[in-house]
Amino acid sequence: MSVQDQIRETVEGNDVVLYMKGTREFPQCGFSGRAIQILQAVGADFVTVNVLEDDGIREGIKQFSSWPTIPQLYVHGQFVGGSDIMTEMYEKGDLAGLIQEKARA
Amino acid sequence: MVTPQDIKGWIEAGLEGAEVEVDGDGHHFNAVIVSPAFAGKTMVQQHQMVYRALGDRMKAEIHALSMRTLTPGQA
Repeated sequence: MSVQDQIRETVEGNDVVLYMKGTREFPQCGFSGRAIQILQAVGADFVTVNVLEDDGIREGIKQFSSWPTIPQLYVHGQFVGGSDIMTEMYEKGDLAGLIQEKARA
Repeated sequence: MVTPQDIKGWIEAGLEGAEVEVDGDGHHFNAVIVSPAFAGKTMVQQHQMVYRALGDRMKAEIHALSMRTLTPGQA
C-alpha cells in the first residue's frame, strides 16, 4: 500500500485524527502540544499519528493535504487545518460543533 | 538568520495586495496577513496561499510560523 493510500485509510477509518510530532502524553513540539490541549478541551475522542516515527508519513501527509506543517487535524476524512486554524475554531466555538456533528453523522 | 522583515517581504512579494505584520525571534514567528485575495476562501485555502508564497522556505529556513489571515473587511 502506498503512503498516500495508508494516510487515506487512516483518516477515513477514524472520526478524528491528529498527525503530530510526538504522542498525546509527550508532544515533541509546542504546536502539537496545543493541538492536543484543544482536542482534550472539546472532549474529542481522537487518535494520533506520530510523524517522527515514520519519515514517509511525515513527508506524505504534507503532500496529502498540500499543507507544509505539522500538526494536521482530520475530521471524518476531511482536512480541517493546523494548530492556528484549530485555535481560531476553538475560540469561536466552531470546533466542538464540527466534531460532534461528524460523530452523529 | 531569518528576520520578521524577511518573512514580511516574502509574503508580500508572493501574495498580491497583502499587508503583513510579522514579529518573532528568528525561530518562532507570528504573522498577521490582510489581503483582498482571501475573500471567499476557506481558512485552509487562505493559509495555503501564504504557504505557497513562502514556498520551500517553509521546509528549511522557517522553523515555526503562526498566522492569522484576514480580508480587508475583517481587519
